Amino acid sequence: MAEIAPQKQTNVPKQPDEEVISPWREAWKGFRRNKLAMVGMGIVLFFILLAIFAGVIAPEGINEQKLSERLQSPSASHWFGTDDFGRDILSRIIYGARISLWVGFFAVLGSAAIGSLLGMIAGYYGRWVDTIISRIFDIMLAFPSILLAIAVVAVLGPSLRNALIAIAIINIPNFGRLVRSRVLSVKQEEYVMAARAVGMRDTRIIFSHVLPNSLAPIIVQGTLAIATAILEAAALSFLGLGAQAPQPEWGKMLADSRQYIIQAPWTVFFPGLAIMLTVLGFNLLGDGLRDALDPKMKK
Amino acid sequence: MEQPVLKVSGLETHFFTDDGEIPAVDSVDFHVNKGEVLGIVGESGSGKSVTSLSIMQLISAPGKVVGGEISYKGENLLSKSEKEMRKIRGNEIGMIFQEPMTSLNPVFKIGNQLVEGIRIHKKWNKKDSWAHAIKFLKLVGLPRAEELMNEYPHQLSGGMRQRVMIAMAMACEPDVLIADEPTTALDVTIQAQILELMKKLNDDTDTSIIMITHDLGVVAEMCDRIVVMYSGKIVEQGTTKEIFESPKHPYTIGLIESVPDVRTRKERLYSIPGNVPKPGSIKTGCHFAPRCKFAFDKCTEVTPELIDAGNGQMARCWLHEDKEKATLLERVES
Repeated sequence: MAEIAPQKQTNVPKQPDEEVISPWREAWKGFRRNKLAMVGMGIVLFFILLAIFAGVIAPEGINEQKLSERLQSPSASHWFGTDDFGRDILSRIIYGARISLWVGFFAVLGSAAIGSLLGMIAGYYGRWVDTIISRIFDIMLAFPSILLAIAVVAVLGPSLRNALIAIAIINIPNFGRLVRSRVLSVKQEEYVMAARAVGMRDTRIIFSHVLPNSLAPIIVQGTLAIATAILEAAALSFLGLGAQAPQPEWGKMLADSRQYIIQAPWTVFFPGLAIMLTVLGFNLLGDGLRDALDPKMKK
Repeated sequence: MEQPVLKVSGLETHFFTDDGEIPAVDSVDFHVNKGEVLGIVGESGSGKSVTSLSIMQLISAPGKVVGGEISYKGENLLSKSEKEMRKIRGNEIGMIFQEPMTSLNPVFKIGNQLVEGIRIHKKWNKKDSWAHAIKFLKLVGLPRAEELMNEYPHQLSGGMRQRVMIAMAMACEPDVLIADEPTTALDVTIQAQILELMKKLNDDTDTSIIMITHDLGVVAEMCDRIVVMYSGKIVEQGTTKEIFESPKHPYTIGLIESVPDVRTRKERLYSIPGNVPKPGSIKTGCHFAPRCKFAFDKCTEVTPELIDAGNGQMARCWLHEDKEKATLLERVES
């Protein structure tokens, strides 16, 4: 086979250090310019560091009770005050970051994995497979999510782990529907047809072409879902269905201290603030990611 | 005579929609010989693309191949399992698509996409496949092939991407290459380069090419033989020379007349009145009759078959049943 004369060579010498711009790198460039998103990422990183180094940072243990120092207002020795058992609220909030992030992250990981898989199957194969999976999603979405979570925990028994499972389950349809719609549009792309035309099998097309092209919305949805998952975990714990005493779960701390709201407002203020800040952080981060990864959504 | 590489006979591909069964491809017969370039011409909606996808068995619901035979080197592709078809796709029959801008996955580097197909069929290791891919990028005339392998599709122009697609389709050295409007989305100068490249590959490798297009210029330049499709049926077939010199079907005549000619200045460009009917909407008679200026009673009453129109050409037109009527066509031409 003779080689064909190359296309008209552009004689611009290629810079040796010119980097290959991947779509992800481009997204990061856009993300960095977004101030709010960077603030969100800062907050999230802050809480992650808190969670990782809780043992080093926290001035006291989570269950060190000093009954002589009950319900003390914030001071130099207890920055966030103490609760009704004389425990240092700051320390409990720092350790609480571990629980909330752990629940948020793993609940979302679980629902994203299962939801995406179901969504891909439904979207790619269509027909009756799609009908069955989509109707199950519809049924799950017909319930208010917190009610569904309560029902799941009621069956499994109240504990933090079961709350995590419940939150993972109720978030499955969100991911499922998102990925399904994404797959439906990616499936129409010519590169999927081109991949089939070179003889690729369906499972391989799903994982090597459809999934990577659906990753951006999954990441965005995942970040936003961590925020809701943290809220839901706090809500379940508040209702006594999640974390059990003496776990320093923020929602649980709120519930346990609510009778002192007048005498010792700091007992509810700081856990509430922690919940609000993490949720805000993840929401800002998620919005920023969406803007960066999907420029079409930008206002 | 040599056995054709690919022989399609009585192919029927129907779409099962809410409006009923629509015969998008209706008893289509043609063949491609080794090293030959066959053109399939027709307007949008005439069933050209559905024909090519049927050959590859890539028709998805609600479409379905309901009849006929597609014989590749003597084996009927329609009786093959999905697993067997996967071995044929890409390896024996390659395909190029219309939109080079969207035929490459935006999240992968060029190299990964090229190597994918090679590894599936040749079962080579990564290094050999990579080298093979570079060889083909060079073969399709792409400069700095090694670097291109590590670039993303959005860094390439449309013409370059179409070259990559051709390299991808040719990399496993298929015997038949189906090109579905490969130059439609490109600008004219790039079109010429791509056509030249395909012609050269055809000469060098003896790969048969099925060229699907609505562009008669492309056909005139590239193809040895032509099949003209209209509303899911073949209305005329013959060699390129014969068809351009003396088209035998009123539709082909209309197509050729509607090509602008720089040498003669016309007030208005000729166009065939009306649109391609929705397949299946015309039950009896010739599908072209409502738009045909030669139509007579029989045309709307009885569906014509492909009739030998002399000169080695076949046309689906009642005019050729009768020598005298056939002369009507010639008079119009001159």
